[in-house]
Amino acid sequence: MTEQEKKQLSVLACKIRLGIVEGTYHAKSGHPGGSLGAAELFAYLYGKELRIDPAKPDWPQRDRFVLSKGHAAPGLYAALAERGFFSPEDLKTLRQIGSHLQGHPNMRQTPGVDMSTGSLGQGVSCAVGMALGAKYRAEDMRVYTLLGDGEIAEGQVWEAAMAAAHYRLDNLMVIVDVNGLQIDGATKDVMNSEPLDKKFAAFGFAVFKADGHDFEQLEEAFAAARQIKGRPSALLAKTVKGKGVGFMENQAGWHGKAPNAEEYGRAMAELRAEMARREAM
Amino acid sequence: MTEQKKIATREGYGEALVELAAEHENLVVLDADLAEATKTSVFRKAYPARHFDCGIAEENMIGMAAGLATMGLVPFASSFAMFAAGRAFEQVRNSVGYPHLNVKIGATHGGISVGEDGASHQCCEDFALMRSIPGMVVLCPSDNIEAKAAVKAAYAHEGPVYLRFGRLAVPVFHDEDFHFEIGKGEQLTDGDDVALLATGLMVNEALGAARLLAEKGIGVRVLNLCTIKPLDAELVLKAARECKRLVTCEEHSVIGGLGEAVCALTAEKMPVPVRRIGVQDVYGCSGPAPELLKRFGLTQEGIVKEVLDFLSK
Repeated sequence: MTEQEKKQLSVLACKIRLGIVEGTYHAKSGHPGGSLGAAELFAYLYGKELRIDPAKPDWPQRDRFVLSKGHAAPGLYAALAERGFFSPEDLKTLRQIGSHLQGHPNMRQTPGVDMSTGSLGQGVSCAVGMALGAKYRAEDMRVYTLLGDGEIAEGQVWEAAMAAAHYRLDNLMVIVDVNGLQIDGATKDVMNSEPLDKKFAAFGFAVFKADGHDFEQLEEAFAAARQIKGRPSALLAKTVKGKGVGFMENQAGWHGKAPNAEEYGRAMAELRAEMARREAM
Repeated sequence: MTEQKKIATREGYGEALVELAAEHENLVVLDADLAEATKTSVFRKAYPARHFDCGIAEENMIGMAAGLATMGLVPFASSFAMFAAGRAFEQVRNSVGYPHLNVKIGATHGGISVGEDGASHQCCEDFALMRSIPGMVVLCPSDNIEAKAAVKAAYAHEGPVYLRFGRLAVPVFHDEDFHFEIGKGEQLTDGDDVALLATGLMVNEALGAARLLAEKGIGVRVLNLCTIKPLDAELVLKAARECKRLVTCEEHSVIGGLGEAVCALTAEKMPVPVRRIGVQDVYGCSGPAPELLKRFGLTQEGIVKEVLDFLSK
């Protein structure tokens, strides 16, 4: 990865974070923590990995992305807006009546959203169906889905994992946002999901690990996953929930709470300063 | 009367899928380890590359069907009614219904006529569950010919469809050239003393009851309401207006099924007395299907008894 590309992705991640804070502040609700932590993942997917065309959101041969952890919608919306699927101004309408930006992703309302999600555990099955459909149709396209490490307590995730391996879906990449926190506290205390690497490996996946905020590590994992044949891939991306906004980092309390006016001001200032720093690099 | 041929409606499901697949490359079938029982095994044999077994994992099967539908395929996801509508309800609601995806759910083994397997497998709640989902079409064919026609209509319909089939072999009374349309009921007999509004295997029982009641000089109108949602309001209200008394007949709980759909419609548009024949808010039990139907009053004799009581009040 060139320095220039790394800088571009890094700035994109900042813009996504600004969009997340903007959206949840105006909505007075939403899920900033898990959205902020996945900002680099969104930036990498929408800035580099996905073969998509904002001018043709329904292009049949496009790659698909399913946000199985649908509550991170503010991050997805910010990424789509930055990629040109709709105006970033729309982010201020998040969760409001009449907005196309529903609290959780709606494929019928938002350009660029490939699947309606929100009820945890369901998106991954839909991604498996998409990957199977691509195989059936002999389409050269890839399917990506992002799950939370709390979400994977849903039994359906493992039903889907079993099916993905059974049907040898090497066009499927399951990304787990491992931030270690969920609503009721630390994932290891609420319902321990580790060891995730061994679980996915046992289910027949090629397993990769990366620092979910490091673009070079992400590039390495995504590129390696493309080379896998005959089985699906799983990327365990270690992230910091709330990343980029100091007072939200690693705080389970910021899972599903919007910033107030004062917090909004502080968060935006911190993110803008970071973006200026990255742009100057 | 000549002996009627008896075939289970689930047979028509498998046969129609094979016929459709010959013409439509985008049709695929999913199962959850019940292909022999759901009769999709005939499809699997004819089109192995288009049949995907999902194992005993109905929630994932419905999600996969949703994903396949987004790829322009028309998946028929098959299981028993209990698991397709019951266990996977929320997947049907959120992954299929909410995005209004073109998924067809083929649910066999509906109602108590499942027989010996008993209450755990006798789904009498599927109409209630599926009716409650916005945009969902709910069909329950009465014989093998209607079953095949319903499957073909479901394929042609753009959007989610729930099809309920039975395990028990039941008389075939439709003609082969019978025309089926989603949302249209069928008036099978004339009469205006009382109307029997039936669905599924209860349609043939209603026809039998109408013949027995005719011997007593009672004119019975029998309506076959294969489409439970959207209900044929015109036909039901016409019966309410002309017959004044309605009796609904279904192999389903009296809560949330055809009976309540008819009550809701008539209460608002044309209030008339209604009797609901069905499973009376209880669980089924093990036993041979014909005996169970008798025990729960879901036979022509059961209908006659209920109608005579109704008309005497």
